[in-house]
Amino acid sequence: MSQTDTDHPVLTLAMAVNQALDVAMGLDEKVFLLGEDIAEPSGGVYKVTKGLSTKYGTHRVRKTAISETAIIGAAVGAAIAGHRPVAEIMMFDFIATCLDQVTNHAGKIRYMSGGQTPVPLVIRTSAGAGRGFGAQHSELLEAWCVHTPGIKVVVPSTPADAKGLLLTAIFDDDPVLFIEQMMMYWDAKRYGGPVPPGDVRIPFGVADIKREGSDVTLVSYGRQVHDCLATAEKLAADGISCEVVDLRTLVPCDEATVLASVSKTKRAVVVHEAVTRCGFGAELSSRIHEELFGELAAPVQRVGGANTPIPYATNLESDFLPQVADIEAAVRRITG
Amino acid sequence: MSERPDAPDRDTLLAMFEIQSRIKLCDERFRSMLTSGQIQLIYYSPRGQECISAGWGVHLRPDDYVVTIYRGLHDHLAKGVPLRELWAEFLGRATGTCKGKGGPMHITHPESGLMVTTGIVGSGIPIANGFGLAAQLNGTDQVTVVNFGDGASNIGAFHEGLNMAGVWKLPVVFVCQNNLYGEHTPMAMSTPVEYISERAASYGMPGVTVNGNDPVATWKVMGEAVARARAGEGPTLVEARTYRFHGHLMGDAMEYMDKDERKAAMEADPVPAFRAWLLDNGHATEEQLAELEETITAAIDDAVEFAMNSPYPDADELYTDVYADLTVSK
Ligand SMILES: Cc1ncc(C[n+]2csc(CCOP(=O)(O)OP(=O)(O)O)c2C)c(N)n1
Ligand SMILES: [Mg+2]
Repeated sequence: MSQTDTDHPVLTLAMAVNQALDVAMGLDEKVFLLGEDIAEPSGGVYKVTKGLSTKYGTHRVRKTAISETAIIGAAVGAAIAGHRPVAEIMMFDFIATCLDQVTNHAGKIRYMSGGQTPVPLVIRTSAGAGRGFGAQHSELLEAWCVHTPGIKVVVPSTPADAKGLLLTAIFDDDPVLFIEQMMMYWDAKRYGGPVPPGDVRIPFGVADIKREGSDVTLVSYGRQVHDCLATAEKLAADGISCEVVDLRTLVPCDEATVLASVSKTKRAVVVHEAVTRCGFGAELSSRIHEELFGELAAPVQRVGGANTPIPYATNLESDFLPQVADIEAAVRRITG
Repeated sequence: MSERPDAPDRDTLLAMFEIQSRIKLCDERFRSMLTSGQIQLIYYSPRGQECISAGWGVHLRPDDYVVTIYRGLHDHLAKGVPLRELWAEFLGRATGTCKGKGGPMHITHPESGLMVTTGIVGSGIPIANGFGLAAQLNGTDQVTVVNFGDGASNIGAFHEGLNMAGVWKLPVVFVCQNNLYGEHTPMAMSTPVEYISERAASYGMPGVTVNGNDPVATWKVMGEAVARARAGEGPTLVEARTYRFHGHLMGDAMEYMDKDERKAAMEADPVPAFRAWLLDNGHATEEQLAELEETITAAIDDAVEFAMNSPYPDADELYTDVYADLTVSK
């Protein structure tokens, strides 16, 4: 667990992602990056790819036109031809312009070819509300891709997880959607954490219990894991003990760890930033009910974003997001 | 029809005729078996467009890449996808190119360099750039040929794809097989330029329109485009004008097509015309061509028998090949 690691330097999420890209490019010539504005001097709009084009050349850190379909299409073809492209979609919402390449092609080509042509690419994207970008630059759309067989989906919550999972993603033989919540990029105080150097990979499909507890299981991923931890801390003062399970990868999903935790606590709250309706939490909740119905002390609760587009005004944007208070209320509803 | 000073050597001419005949005879077999009810599938006939695939086919090496579309039988055959596996895939059998899991709209046969067949209009274009980019990064001189229709030149993927290829000077030949219709819509109703090749101007690459029913002219234009790509000089957009003999898909009533226009196009059928030209100009004898056609017919007989006698995929195949390493269930 990253919280207990004091041996390694504390990095931000952006620095950890940068380090993973650097390590992967150093290890394997077939790894290359493509996306808008990712090369020097800017090194990406969030500076996540800073320095990489200088180190590896602009043939491997390829700045593209504003052309998402061309970016993902080129990544698909190059991946089939044996490369390991890491494509960047600047913001998750923009994936709507190239979803055909993501779902119909990256996601289905291995299957349609009877396994002859794997598509080992990564799509990195930044996402999330909280920065006043409004409805078209703030969404979390992981459910779209979780719903498409053939694509793996990763949402890290800490810098160490981001680095380890991104390295695994790059060397994985399937297309991987890697979601980075931009609120965490450069906020070392709230979201920074120690990161081990070198080629340290974290396997997919292994959830991380970020806090142990006995009364209720909070299942989450990405930035909201931190909100769950804050809720757990708060409720501990009232004698309610929360276990926080960080899924880390949604496809594959470590259901075994979730079910083991909930069968211990008998109660679960699933938490994510994406809108609640048909969000990944709906799937999780359903799976928990299917497997543990008779054992549950209360129905599984869902906490997610409001079922609305994301508003601009600070107060409304904050109301849109699932907050610690919402998670706390959900826990209290079932621990009564 | 007189001799052409611009014609290639006899071997190349015969190689083109071989590809054309393979396509024509294969298509005829599919349509007759569909009509008689021996087989059932959604079938997009490429009949009428044979010269185009043969035109690039003879310029490509086995390690060159081809990307095509649902109307792709002619392209599959021109790139050398073997008949048995191709027929078996069309019939959804375990012995097919993709174990029966892709079907006619998704033929893939990497050993032949047939990399992707897509059912989404225009989407192969950006993917072809990826193959071109791989060759460029690897420093090989492999060429990628991507085929699509006139209708596809109106979708965003076409424009984004050509733009990227133009900026990066990718070794890709964009082959627009302009059969004058996109589904039920004539080109003039969907496309405000007279020649699709004009669109190349926006993307910093040469655009050429050629009579795609003229095998010699098509061979020449394709040869120049392939050579340009192979030499690292960048992409070309080739618009090859042709005609779709049998409508959008098998069973199409074709009410939206002009009967006389179609009749005239079919009377000018490019494959028999090329055959007659080869004979008239002494490039081949009747016996030679008849033998070639018999050989192809026998190979088709064999492929049909192979496919019809092949098993359907095992039930377990539903769940394989979704991911490299994850188990999937219902
Ligand atoms: C993106 C997309 N839109 C619509 C369709 C349905 N559709 C299939 S083929 C076709 C016509 C395409 O015409 P063209 O590009 O000229 O190719 P052709 O069929 O004539 O070879 C359409 C509209 C599709 N497959 N994909
Ligand atoms: Mg057409």
